[in-house]
Amino acid sequence: MEKKPTRDGFGEGVVELGAKRQDIVVLSADLTDSTRAGWFKKKFPERFFSMGVSEQDMISTAAGFALAGKRPFACTFGVFAAGRAWDQIRVSVAYMNLNVVIIGTHGGISVGPDGPTHQAIEEITLMRALPNMTVLVPCDAIEAKKATIASASHNGPVYIRLGRSGAPVITKPDDSFTMGRANVLKQGKDVAIIACGCEVYEALLAHDILKKEGIESRIVNLHTIKPIDEELIIKAARDTGAIVTAEEHTVMGGMGSAVSEVLSREYPVPVEFIGVKDRFGESGDPAELFKIFELTADDIVKAAKRVIERKKKE
Amino acid sequence: MTKKPDIKDLERIARDIRVDILKMLACAGSGHTGGSLSMVELLVGLYFYKLRCDPDRPLCETRDIFILSKGHGCPALYAVLAHMNFFKKEELCTLRKAGTRLQGHPQKGLPGIEASTGSLGQGLSVANGHALAARLDKDKKRVYCIMGDGELDEGQIWEAVLTAAHYKLDNVCGIIDNNKFQIDGRTEEIKNLEPLKEKWKAFNWEVLEIDGHDLKEVTAAYDKAETIKGKPTVIIAHTVKGKGVSFLENQNKYHGVAPTQEELERAIKELKG
Repeated sequence: MEKKPTRDGFGEGVVELGAKRQDIVVLSADLTDSTRAGWFKKKFPERFFSMGVSEQDMISTAAGFALAGKRPFACTFGVFAAGRAWDQIRVSVAYMNLNVVIIGTHGGISVGPDGPTHQAIEEITLMRALPNMTVLVPCDAIEAKKATIASASHNGPVYIRLGRSGAPVITKPDDSFTMGRANVLKQGKDVAIIACGCEVYEALLAHDILKKEGIESRIVNLHTIKPIDEELIIKAARDTGAIVTAEEHTVMGGMGSAVSEVLSREYPVPVEFIGVKDRFGESGDPAELFKIFELTADDIVKAAKRVIERKKKE
Repeated sequence: MTKKPDIKDLERIARDIRVDILKMLACAGSGHTGGSLSMVELLVGLYFYKLRCDPDRPLCETRDIFILSKGHGCPALYAVLAHMNFFKKEELCTLRKAGTRLQGHPQKGLPGIEASTGSLGQGLSVANGHALAARLDKDKKRVYCIMGDGELDEGQIWEAVLTAAHYKLDNVCGIIDNNKFQIDGRTEEIKNLEPLKEKWKAFNWEVLEIDGHDLKEVTAAYDKAETIKGKPTVIIAHTVKGKGVSFLENQNKYHGVAPTQEELERAIKELKG
């Protein structure tokens, strides 16, 4: 299967946007090649702004661009955007509901060898807490490109979480992508696995393993964490009665929490959480780290069986 | 050809603005008295002399931009905007009350407010973004930003100082309301900023130093700043916290405290002389 980092999808998308629209500008906090902002810089140097290692300044400057009618993309690693510049995103961007797209690459432990300081595992929590903010977590490079293009026409701020490592390309260019509308990739009635980012691929693998054991799992690609697709989540709970959430992110306040907020209010069913369990990341090969942090398809399979057992008891 | 400022007229306006600031703060029962009064002339000189803006079309494309980075001083800005007719003067008494457009710190949405601020240190970056966009559009607009001296403790200010100098943003004019106090006390005791002028110079800014209560100097500095090319300009305005009312001047307890009704009456008597 073809593998491609989701950050490449952003690079392609923003270059395409730049060619079509003069209002697109890109700001970068010194990680220009890593975030793929460099692809835009190469094509449109006059609309590219190097901000140095100054993430806070970059975000508020992007706000100024947006106030002046531009469509800025502010690019850096997720930890430095969502973490270090959180207050700037809160006050300069979200509070004014400005059209700023924040590109947070190197999300999750799949960053690998650089270790915990560079592995963002809290951005979904941090960003979805902000009013007006839209939070997107594309599952592959194709979806990342679509998310990039869609975000440039969205009214209000958008945070796009992207990954460093090659991610299996599992969607097709003509698959639909609508912000706020999750996609069902596989139908199933026994359990629903709601995943985002690179966990969508793990969920698909889990689907096949479960199928061999006679368990029908529904796979949902929840690419938009906020605004969340309540309708589809409630329907999944109603149809299956058992939910597993899977994210390469802390389980504290992340996508699984967002799903649970909907379910506990609208249609309570047992939920199991796949994600980083209240700990920091660590250095290592991404595949190995996925095993250590229990983010693999096998871990999802176990969680699915656990939640089905819980459903039976209730 | 620059028009000549009518200093006497501006001084009269400044006095009226001070009265309104104190009235609205007393009515609200809370708010930042000292840092509002210290920047009155800086705002009056800007809005009533220099800034291109149209209260009937607050978002018109040819306007200049003003960002109040020290958002807590907003009573002064609200009073100025009301005097300019961006909104009705009666609205001033809604300051800080539920449902008001006059939030405790500026919120975009109120006509004339260009950016929501309040968390210190962010305004100069926002101003730079505006200035960079204007340059991209070959737009001649100028962007002004008032910062507090205490606010200069924020690291982001110095990131933005680097950015404006790096991009040679001569359409940016920073203004420091250097009233020598921050909430905890004298800036020199809390975190010394000196030598301040030399710092900005070393960061490749043009520095103008003025008496921030002398409208002749204030308006002359705005004129001068416009002529500086190839780098941004900062005006270090020496001001007095609580300026204009004897018992408020340099009394830091009024940083975030509004005058009582009795104090208000005394203050108005003093201001109206």
